[in-house]
Amino acid sequence: MRILVIEDDIEAQRYLVKGLKEAGHVVDEAGDGDTGLTLALSRPYDVAIVDRMLPKLDGIKLVGAMRDERNMTPVLFLSALSDVDDRIKGLRAGGDDYLTKPYAFAELLARLDALVRRRDPGTVKTKVAVGDLELDLLSRTAKRSGSAIELQPREFRLLEYLMRHAGQIVTRTMLLENVWEYHFDPQTNVIDVHISRLRAKIDKGFEAPLLHTVRGAGYMIRAHA
Amino acid sequence: MRTPDVFRTQAFRIIAIYLAIFALSALALVGFVYWNTALVMDRQNDETIEAEITGLVEQYQRQGLPGLTDVIIGRSVRGDQGLYLLANNDRRVIAGNLDTWPQVQPAENGLVEFAYERRIGGKPELRRARGRTFALTQGFLLLVARDVHERRELEALFTTMLFWGAGLMIVLGLAGGVIVSRNFLARLDVINRTSRQIMHGDLSHRVPVSGAGDEFDDLSGHLNRMLDRIERLLHGMREVSDNVAHDLRSPLNRLRNRLELAAMRQPADSETARDIEAAVQETDRLIATFNALLLIAETEAGSVRESMESLSLDDVIEGVGELYGPLADEKRLHFSVEVPAASAVIRGNRNLITQALANLVDNAIKYTPSGGSVVVSLEHGPTGPALVVADDGPGIPPEERARVTDRFVRLESSRHTPGTGLGLSLVAAVARMHDAELALEDNRPGLRAVLRFRKSEIVPRTAKAMPARAEPRVEEVH
Repeated sequence: MRILVIEDDIEAQRYLVKGLKEAGHVVDEAGDGDTGLTLALSRPYDVAIVDRMLPKLDGIKLVGAMRDERNMTPVLFLSALSDVDDRIKGLRAGGDDYLTKPYAFAELLARLDALVRRRDPGTVKTKVAVGDLELDLLSRTAKRSGSAIELQPREFRLLEYLMRHAGQIVTRTMLLENVWEYHFDPQTNVIDVHISRLRAKIDKGFEAPLLHTVRGAGYMIRAHA
Repeated sequence: MRTPDVFRTQAFRIIAIYLAIFALSALALVGFVYWNTALVMDRQNDETIEAEITGLVEQYQRQGLPGLTDVIIGRSVRGDQGLYLLANNDRRVIAGNLDTWPQVQPAENGLVEFAYERRIGGKPELRRARGRTFALTQGFLLLVARDVHERRELEALFTTMLFWGAGLMIVLGLAGGVIVSRNFLARLDVINRTSRQIMHGDLSHRVPVSGAGDEFDDLSGHLNRMLDRIERLLHGMREVSDNVAHDLRSPLNRLRNRLELAAMRQPADSETARDIEAAVQETDRLIATFNALLLIAETEAGSVRESMESLSLDDVIEGVGELYGPLADEKRLHFSVEVPAASAVIRGNRNLITQALANLVDNAIKYTPSGGSVVVSLEHGPTGPALVVADDGPGIPPEERARVTDRFVRLESSRHTPGTGLGLSLVAAVARMHDAELALEDNRPGLRAVLRFRKSEIVPRTAKAMPARAEPRVEEVH
């Protein structure tokens, strides 16, 4: 995908661009807000990575200007400010996601992926399916190979999130933020326990597992290994 | 806010004491002057009478009873204040302008004060007189007196006026005291109110200065200058920690990115890849510690106060319980969440309170051996609601309880379990920020960690909103 990186820390920008290119993306970069805004408005991008604090034009104002021009490119804020308040400000200004430095590269990639997929024309789905696993979003029921799977409400939400992002890596932080709506570091990997319970329910007794652990990154649900 | 009692103010006390002293000294002064004047006037009166008696006795000795009678008749009709009476030893009147001998026993020196009847304008009137009796030879009795009726009346009037005056002075003084104290309180109240707002973390408030240039303005001015200084210092400190945060985050970020890029170029499962992965994990631990420290610093500086909202503690408990339940199950602990019928709503930062409770629950699960139990509950105490996490694990020895909330303190027994040593410090900081108290109590056996809040609204459980988390609960509160 085409990614615009607006970051004033040259070193960080270099690694970010390099990493994104190695992950197979096409990347343009800008070192300040003004250049960044010009680029964002002149070319179509799938996603923009914007630092919160930029010279010339602050990240928040930049996104505001983009939205004023009806440019709806998804924006992921990068920030050295971890405050919950800053997060809220960033999201309110028109950002689509917010990642605090230092971040794991895998986390960034997973979030970019999720942001871009979210843009797909979102017809209201009532059913999600991965392989022989089916989720009925209206009756809140799950079935694999036709037999019903008993799920707790939270397990259902967890599975729904994973299935809506089928084929994408979903990190633990993304799960904590989107399924539990918590924005903190729970020290112990509580998410892993929830995943292993879910795995026991959907994969146990089936030959091909659907829920995979991606080492050093998170989890992914997909039909074929 | 409680209305302060006017009568309990320092100003009122000072005024009351001053008033008491002033009233007493005024009474003493006026009383002294009055008593002395009365004494002098009585003495003058007595001396005049004494002189007259001496004269009359001389007259008696020279001219006998008839001579004295003549003089007394003569003086009796003069119509001035003088009263005379000559009587025989049966006290029968011989001459004088009194009708009867007074029915009063004279004092040892012969002084007598008595009432007598006198016709003024045809009407009889009872009046007071003061005089002296003298026993003449051959059993005759002589009485010389002066009418002191006006004086005595004046004296009585004076005494009455003195007491009324004093009473009025006290009433007016107390009323003045109340007014002054009210005024005093009103100005103190402004200072108190501002101080409270500042203690709640809003350092931008200043004590208003009335412009009267009095002591209160002086005090307000000093307080404001002090606040300016504190604000500057705090701002400086925040800037430093923001800069430190920024300056450390960027290199940590680059370090992590570099390691990750390096790992990408290695064949998976090679030895180098594993080394790099271990280094990434080490970096993550460093980052976690660093983030925890920053969060504690931010919490203590009160900079996250803007995101305070109304939140229900039982939602927090249910959420955390639901998140950690499976972890406890996996460790074979009896894990239960107890929420009473009445819900407690407090003002707080949802994220921080949730994290604080999560830290307590995480600790309880970590330190309680398999087969033990962990109970998370909401209690309604006398001062407000409390979040309670009780376990029957090894607990914390009493002498260590105060120390464990310090940063980086880890007990000897927990050295080998993972953790930053900052979990309880954050809980303590969150408690302080919310005016709450973190108590680590003995659960006999085990630890009972209690986060006690002071203010809350108790809402019946049926009235509260559905605890669904379908929408992000972002609420801006000023």
